[in-house]
Amino acid sequence: MNNYKQYKAISLISGGLDSMLATKLILDQGIHVEGINFFTGFCVEGHTHAIRKHDKPKRNNALWVAEQLNIKLHIIDIVEEYKNIVLNPQYGYGAHLNPCLDCKIFMIKKAKEWIKENNFDFIITGEVIGQRPKSQRKETMPLVATASQAHDLLLRPLCAKLLPPTLPERQAWVDREKLGNISGRGRKPQINMAEQFGIKEYAQPAGGCCFLTDEKYTAKLQDLWDTQGKRHYELDDILLLKVGRHLRPKPNFKMIIGREEGENNYLEGYKKQFTYLRVLEYVGPLVLIEGELSAEDLYLAARITARFSGGKTASCVKVQVGRKESDPLELEVKPFSADDIKQEWYI
Amino acid sequence: MILNKSGIFEINARNLLCPLPVIRVQDAIKTLPSFTKVKVIATDPGVKYDIPAWCKVHGHSILSIDNVEREIVILIQVGERHER
Repeated sequence: MNNYKQYKAISLISGGLDSMLATKLILDQGIHVEGINFFTGFCVEGHTHAIRKHDKPKRNNALWVAEQLNIKLHIIDIVEEYKNIVLNPQYGYGAHLNPCLDCKIFMIKKAKEWIKENNFDFIITGEVIGQRPKSQRKETMPLVATASQAHDLLLRPLCAKLLPPTLPERQAWVDREKLGNISGRGRKPQINMAEQFGIKEYAQPAGGCCFLTDEKYTAKLQDLWDTQGKRHYELDDILLLKVGRHLRPKPNFKMIIGREEGENNYLEGYKKQFTYLRVLEYVGPLVLIEGELSAEDLYLAARITARFSGGKTASCVKVQVGRKESDPLELEVKPFSADDIKQEWYI
Repeated sequence: MILNKSGIFEINARNLLCPLPVIRVQDAIKTLPSFTKVKVIATDPGVKYDIPAWCKVHGHSILSIDNVEREIVILIQVGERHER
């Protein structure tokens, strides 16, 4: 009789090198590994690459990693549930609006639910002690395991030797001796390990994989909350914060100005929901307006729109204004000069 | 997801950015039997990489990828189902 059991692990795949290496370490021990990736709406992954026409490669790195490792990847939409993490983080924010510790706990908790539903045995992550100031510290790692209720089913292969043995190690489902002892913010040990595995290409996300750690992005999110008078968002709100220049020339309205063709194409999808402006007879941006405009505001917005178009030096430019439930109208305006665009308008 | 006149399940992923089109495909395919054909219509150019990558690791086949004006049309055949 064959008593061999194929143990199964789910790996949190971000698309970066660490989760790729952690997964590889466990795959090489004969464990069946599948990947899981959570879509929060704030992921840097995907959207920014997809929108802007010149950005490349246009690929989702988590999927690319799964393809390289030849493992299944399950992408889970957690946008709605994640709002509570962003709006009410129990452990507070990092440098910006990043609730990293709550986020990590939440994702591990979701992974724990997933392994229970799918008869998997344990969870792995690419976490490294001391790598992140908020969520990957020696003091917070046990907290993540406990608060997520994953407890000793959570194995961090890259730094496992620096942590107490987990259930998969104690039960010899995996060999602890073959796991890592990496700590700190340096990248050399991971780069060396990648070389040993023959991994030559991997994503190197600058500033992490979440827009909530980005100063400029979170300023726009804060502006959204300030102007709507409450801390709340829908998916479209947070996606639009990733696109275009955001200018608030007056407190009652904001302009989202497409920076190139890819962004204009993306903003086209929102034209029916917003007042929009575009320059006629010259190349230029599609501009969405959030807020209510007076006739005077409309001229102001049209002059700003003209400034960002190919007609910026012309004496007069025609601007089309489209409004919900009414026919488009045309304005003839003199484009603003560069000096007329006040720096404080930029959000 | 709708069943179109040609008997192919159709997913409208227009104006969705990756990974949302992949999530739509993933959720739809979960409910479909082996060898069913699924057509995805999307506008995000990222789907040309992401959907084939997802299909590859899950054992589904890409039958075609076409650009139709500003849209991308991908035809998928669901792979053979295996119990976990």
